[in-house]
Amino acid sequence: MKIVATDRKGATREVEGRDGWSVMEILRDAGFDIAAECGGACACATCHVYVTDGWFEKLPARSDAELDMLDMALAVEPNSRLSCQITCSPELDGIAVTVAPE
Amino acid sequence: MSSPIETDVAIIGAGPIGLFAVFELGLLDLKCHLIDILDRPGGQCTELYPEKPIYDIPGLPIVTGQELTDRLLEQAKPFNPTFHLSQMASALTKLDDDRWKLTTDVGTEIIAPVVVIAAGGGSFVPKRPPIAGIESYEGKSVHYAVRKMEQFRGKNILIAGGGDSALDWTINLAPIAAKLTLVHHRDGFRAAQHSVNQMRELAAHGKINFEIASVKALHGSDGQLSAVTLANPEKKEWEHACDTFIPFFGLTIKLGPIADFGLNLTENLVAVDTAKFESTTPGIFAIGDINTYAGKLKLILSGFHEAALMAQAAFHIVKPNEKLRFQYTTSSSSLQKKLGVA
Repeated sequence: MKIVATDRKGATREVEGRDGWSVMEILRDAGFDIAAECGGACACATCHVYVTDGWFEKLPARSDAELDMLDMALAVEPNSRLSCQITCSPELDGIAVTVAPE
Repeated sequence: MSSPIETDVAIIGAGPIGLFAVFELGLLDLKCHLIDILDRPGGQCTELYPEKPIYDIPGLPIVTGQELTDRLLEQAKPFNPTFHLSQMASALTKLDDDRWKLTTDVGTEIIAPVVVIAAGGGSFVPKRPPIAGIESYEGKSVHYAVRKMEQFRGKNILIAGGGDSALDWTINLAPIAAKLTLVHHRDGFRAAQHSVNQMRELAAHGKINFEIASVKALHGSDGQLSAVTLANPEKKEWEHACDTFIPFFGLTIKLGPIADFGLNLTENLVAVDTAKFESTTPGIFAIGDINTYAGKLKLILSGFHEAALMAQAAFHIVKPNEKLRFQYTTSSSSLQKKLGVA
């Protein structure tokens, strides 16, 4: 599957996702500037991304833990997600995300 | 100012690795002082995930961040380390006698022949909202903490956030503020329920305002705020008059002043050897998440190993004329005396 990811400077590129991995892991390993301070434990909100309309609705709903943690994120929008909580799967092939401001 | 503290080892960071370093150094009779920017020991374990279980600590099949910290504190207790909390290690200078002087942002000075950097990802600092020009208001009309409540008497305050800090300060500042508005992006909070109830009570009685919105822009001049632009999907954008803005979005980790210590850094990590975990600057060691070497894994258990090897090397620097006797805690009565169990 592919992830169409846009960095904080606005540059977009396609990266190869891996089934079962989190989008955070794929973006971090691909060199995107994602701190992921807690390492994917849904405990820090430093892997915050915006999911492009159309894709946002396809994702499983945000858990209470994710919603709580998004309270600590900056510039939260209706399409905000923590990328450590999005799992790559064939259904998400082509998902478009933008890394949120630091 | 008080005179500098002299000790064997100064440790930057009181997270799990800094705490275990106290134990390993203590077994070798080396005394430690620790500095941490947080107000309690534990580092990321207590700040980010106190309640979350950790499954990969050898011998502890399941332990939370808080429990692990408590156990490490108990293990280090016989060695009576001194904690300098709520302060940031801000400068490192070499003295003429080859020892190091570590200075903190509140003026504490520690002189030691060995400095151990166990700072994880760096310092926890307040998150700064990505609002254009916010820097120019900081310190004057934008604050990230409340140190003296009186400073906020009679102000028209805007507080942003949905955690305990945002709620607690909304409740505490409401009686002394001229006007207080809490702004949060949703009608839900990750704060103690009684605080949420108290805030809603204040709002229901008109003592505060609560807006579901986000802050988009700041307006003012010479560092003095006069209004902000708020926005939400229903009302779009509107201006809200206020003279003080206090955003509470928790903490994030920045490397901070360690970057200016003159150490050999690779992508914000301290390069070390794998025999002593010493940086390329003699006497300065780095253990835990802050270091890098071939094969490095950012695991707590790796940091424990690094602390043990670091301690052996530190001993030879602090006590150059003494022979290190390698002993086991199970069989050595002298180690057991140090631990207070013999």
